[in-house]
Amino acid sequence: MSAKTSAGKGVRVAFGSRWSHVGTALCAVSLIALAAAPFWGGRDDLQLLSEIYAYVALASLWNLLAGYAGLVSVGQQAYVGLGAYILFALAILGGLSPLWAIPLSGVISAAIAIPVAALVFRLRGHYFAIGTWIVAEVFRLLASQVSLLGGGSGTSLLAAVVIGMAPTRQLRDFLLYWIALALVVVVLATIVLLLRSRYGLALKAIRDSELAATCNGIDVRRTKVLVYIVTAFGTAMVGALIFLQKLRVSPDAAFSVNDWTAFVIFITVIGGIGRIEGPIIGTIVFFVLRQTLADLGTIYLMMLGLVAILVMLTTPKGLWGLLVERFGWQVFPLERKVVFEERSAARE
Amino acid sequence: MDWVNVILQGVLVGGLYAMFAAGLSLIFGVMRLVNIAHGDLIVMAAYVALVVTQTLGIGPLTSLILVVPIMAVIGYALQWFVLNRTLGDDLLPPLLVTFGLSVIIQNGLLTLFTADSLKLQSGDIEVATIRLVEGVYVGVLPLLQFVVAVAVIAGLQFVFYRTALGRAFRATADDPAVAQLMGLDNRHVFALAMALSLAVVAITGVFLAVRANFDPSQGPARLIYGFEAVIIGGLGSLWGTLAGGLILGVAQAIGAHINPGWQILAGHIAFLFVLAVRPQGLFPKVRT
Repeated sequence: MSAKTSAGKGVRVAFGSRWSHVGTALCAVSLIALAAAPFWGGRDDLQLLSEIYAYVALASLWNLLAGYAGLVSVGQQAYVGLGAYILFALAILGGLSPLWAIPLSGVISAAIAIPVAALVFRLRGHYFAIGTWIVAEVFRLLASQVSLLGGGSGTSLLAAVVIGMAPTRQLRDFLLYWIALALVVVVLATIVLLLRSRYGLALKAIRDSELAATCNGIDVRRTKVLVYIVTAFGTAMVGALIFLQKLRVSPDAAFSVNDWTAFVIFITVIGGIGRIEGPIIGTIVFFVLRQTLADLGTIYLMMLGLVAILVMLTTPKGLWGLLVERFGWQVFPLERKVVFEERSAARE
Repeated sequence: MDWVNVILQGVLVGGLYAMFAAGLSLIFGVMRLVNIAHGDLIVMAAYVALVVTQTLGIGPLTSLILVVPIMAVIGYALQWFVLNRTLGDDLLPPLLVTFGLSVIIQNGLLTLFTADSLKLQSGDIEVATIRLVEGVYVGVLPLLQFVVAVAVIAGLQFVFYRTALGRAFRATADDPAVAQLMGLDNRHVFALAMALSLAVVAITGVFLAVRANFDPSQGPARLIYGFEAVIIGGLGSLWGTLAGGLILGVAQAIGAHINPGWQILAGHIAFLFVLAVRPQGLFPKVRT
């Protein structure tokens, strides 16, 4: 990332700040603590943490799509469901180990996302949003027509397949937990690396002004399609893992707009859209609310909707946005700074 | 005769879909806002009609006298207090806020009325039919609903192009800043547009409730049908929206006739087909 100018001054793009060093260190420490969770937590803790990881991953992917590429999709449940169904199809009909089926379901879903993108990219803005929702509905209806996978009522993984993953229930719990943790780390790392690459610069330019980005030679459409496909790949793997943990899939659960899109959007907006830390903060808020208020049932969901509306109207940058403005915090080294390095030998 | 019946039923249902779409299309035309809660508002109107008919002991069609103004007032207030704050260049705020509203309305209805499926009883008119030719019958109620749908579209067309209010709508849609310079209060114009949209929603909700069972979870599907009708017909064209609704209705009827599981899928496929071959819709008026 360094280049020499004709004057002999080295110019380097530096990422990160004092805060991001602290942030990265904190991340490393908590990652070690979380990886050791099977040794300090019970079965319920592992399940709750896995669910949290799944939502962090889904919200981060949606944030990449909507917050950076400006593609506000309300149809990401299409890929959660697709990933889940492909995993079940590969494991039940193809006899493949579910663990191998997770990455494969991501690849297949990404391949399906290519023609879908060709179709939904004909719609813009709000219409794109609802268009993606219709695609998800089409997938849901198609899934309920597949009688080999139980049709409308869905199907369960066979005991033999489940035992094939690991011999005891405890080992399976550990294994799935570590996969969930690994998946969210991979998703976050991929997003950080993507944002630090030239594509990340292009994405930020597109987010700020599509017109200016085009004028600077960015192929806006190509970049957006790429992000859409990458997001589909990640979302499908998360979906596959979520339903592998549930051991049961049905069209209404796998393609649920509330579970996999409404909550994900609320999480991202509450935490802070367009910032990588936002979905993490949002997920924590979401789960704190859920653990304390879930007994209220429908009232809880109404409150969640209300909180999201209030945050959008009063602090559109979300909770993390507030903290950044107030303290200049950043956890991930993503901020670009140009550093000029004077070199004594080449001084004019 | 079988197929004639199928297509006829599709056309009549299509009228209802065109009504789902008309309110959506109106709002988008005036303020570039896609109301994700549109379908839930239709279902809410059905519940308002239920309360009105039960409290006053009047028929569903008579209840329109009250349901329409109630929904229009809700629409005005919703736009004035909430949605006006979301308008701007960024498309996320209106989308998120109407998404939030959708969740609130669905769960609110669930809390108040439970998940039970309900239906408004409209008496003898429900089963009355007219014989067109031997073997082809149409129900009086679906026919009435179709006529109302055409009248609603014609009425909106009239308001939009023949009245001072319509002129204000079009002026604000074309250039909000200049419209304001000409003495229009955009916030008031937008609120009136939402009031008119929810008046249409009220009529739609009552006919939906008379025709079929409804429950709190049905909103999103209504939104999707309305949206499909708008895109098939072409953005910004009210008559196009009617055509879009009819095409969607017929596609669903044909799908259902082949295999009951394919009814809704056939409608979606018709929509995706139009999107693939003619993304601007059949009768486009504005380009986006």
